[in-house]
Amino acid sequence: MTDADRVTTDERTGGMSMADERATAGPRVGEGAEDRHRDQTGERDHITPSIELKTDFASTHTEDEATAGAAIVLDVRDVAVYYGDFRAVAGVNLPIRMNEVTGMIGPSGCGKSTMLRAFNRMNDLILGARVEGLISYHGIDLYGPDVDPVEVRRRIGMVFQKPNPFPKSIYDNVAYGPRIAGQRKGLEEVVERSLRSAALWDEVKDRLKDSALSLSGGQQQRLCIARAIAIEPDVVLMDEPCSALDPIATNAIEELIRQLREDYTIVIVTHNMQQAARISDRTAFFTTNVSGGKRTGELVEFDYTDKLFTNPGDKRTEDYLTGRFG
Amino acid sequence: MVSTLLDPKTKERVQKQITGGGVDWRGTAFVVVLLAALLVTLAVLVILVADQLQLGWGVFTERTWDFLNGTLRSQPDDPVIGVKQGLVGTFWIAVFTIVLAFPTGIAAAVYLEEYAPRNRFTSFIDLNIRNLAGVPSVVYGILGLTIFVQQLEWLTKGPTLMAAGLTIAVLVLPIVIITSAEAVRAVPQPLREAGYGVGSTKWEVIRHHILPYAAPGILTGTLLSLARAVGEAAPLILVGAITGRLASEGSFLDPGQLTERFTAMPIVITTWASRPQKEFVPLAAAAIIVLLAFVLLLNATAIFLRNHFERKREGR
Repeated sequence: MTDADRVTTDERTGGMSMADERATAGPRVGEGAEDRHRDQTGERDHITPSIELKTDFASTHTEDEATAGAAIVLDVRDVAVYYGDFRAVAGVNLPIRMNEVTGMIGPSGCGKSTMLRAFNRMNDLILGARVEGLISYHGIDLYGPDVDPVEVRRRIGMVFQKPNPFPKSIYDNVAYGPRIAGQRKGLEEVVERSLRSAALWDEVKDRLKDSALSLSGGQQQRLCIARAIAIEPDVVLMDEPCSALDPIATNAIEELIRQLREDYTIVIVTHNMQQAARISDRTAFFTTNVSGGKRTGELVEFDYTDKLFTNPGDKRTEDYLTGRFG
Repeated sequence: MVSTLLDPKTKERVQKQITGGGVDWRGTAFVVVLLAALLVTLAVLVILVADQLQLGWGVFTERTWDFLNGTLRSQPDDPVIGVKQGLVGTFWIAVFTIVLAFPTGIAAAVYLEEYAPRNRFTSFIDLNIRNLAGVPSVVYGILGLTIFVQQLEWLTKGPTLMAAGLTIAVLVLPIVIITSAEAVRAVPQPLREAGYGVGSTKWEVIRHHILPYAAPGILTGTLLSLARAVGEAAPLILVGAITGRLASEGSFLDPGQLTERFTAMPIVITTWASRPQKEFVPLAAAAIIVLLAFVLLLNATAIFLRNHFERKREGR
């Protein structure tokens, strides 16, 4: 057996034991929560075909575990992110699975946005930022020496906190990504498809040449989502995409995220716990650990959203969710 | 029920609290000082311009074309006296600034802001550029004399229009760098992130997003520095501007005169203004009107271009 083989085998068994762990974490889960799991997976049925399932795995285990066994797109192993000497977040282990919505919640300054921006090397833009530990994307170290951050960002797209369309026309905003990727033909189709996917087409189809800045905030954010998916990424990272929007626009974006999950893997940072509860399959709870006079963000708990919200495994999660802190 | 009734005591108290504060004297005094400062500035400007207009308007309107097309003469009543050589010199100095100082300065600014590592050496360079912008222009004249007139004589042929253009280009270079760097720095981070977020390379982000966004600021700054460039007299005197009729008499677009002796509008003005004959006074004033009009034209262009690029930036 070669080294490479062993690694993959290890990873596979690692993945399975992780799934087992979640399954056997049962004692913490009440009867009601179990039911909810099933309800949710019932909803999730329509997406399962796109997930590569091991049939024996699916038949002998509950469907929950089947999803748990979905391919890990981004694997975060013992990651810490520094800004200069400041350790913003540390000790993060997080498997992000294909075609799921992974939510990241926590109080301000807990490092969740920092962590998110490490996933597509957006932190490279910040002077003095560096990542320790391993973030692998389909098994490849994102911070490996030969990795081109530009190519990474084409596959792992991003939607930002404040809508930031380019000061160009609606059409050019969406067509920009494919254009710089070298696409010359079929841009109209790409633009229409992306805008349809972002649930914006009907509102803007008659004014594609208008400035993107003439759109409302919610429309601008959906345009940014259309722009992100126009280059057909694998993963879409969303950094509090609704924080600058009103409830109606927020609702539209949330509905959109639920639909996008069919085709994309989504990681979303949100301040809004209810939002995480509504849209994410799994949720990671981060908090700030103040010890030795230093503030460091850390991952407290990562689990199925409904379990994390109804039966958190950590006291700090419970305190945060019940509003006793944060 | 109780809450709908007004309590007279409360009303009295609140009335006392929120009325009768009197006049905010300090605030008013502050506004008066600010306004006075503005008015003094405007008054000085208006008096200067009005004075020169009054002195020179007669000459300028009487023989506008002859004056613009005439040459330097030793006698003030010479029928062909005019500022053409000065205009030609100033025109070419502006061309040198646009062709050499603008691209070099903008490129240096983009490098400093976007590529240069943030270390002590970079801040040292940054500080020095700022200092250079504050160096008196006559020092640049000495620099021009040493380098462009003497060292590079094989290229410039001595104290020529080319030497003058190079000197002025070097003079405004630090100003172009500083204003461009500020415009580049003012590009919002979310716009850069949007560019990188869809897989742009650094070059694409600079070319497609940063430069278009910074264009209005860069243009305004550079054109204002151009206005300064065409108003400089001291460095030109040092690199050998001449005051008599020997200055090149070529047409505007003749590049052959680059290696000939030259003069420029500020030189024409200072020469005429320093002549003993009082008939030169209105001539100098008329030349000032011409230079003012030229600078005004540049500023108007700057504003027009800035508005144009701002509209474009907003996607209108």
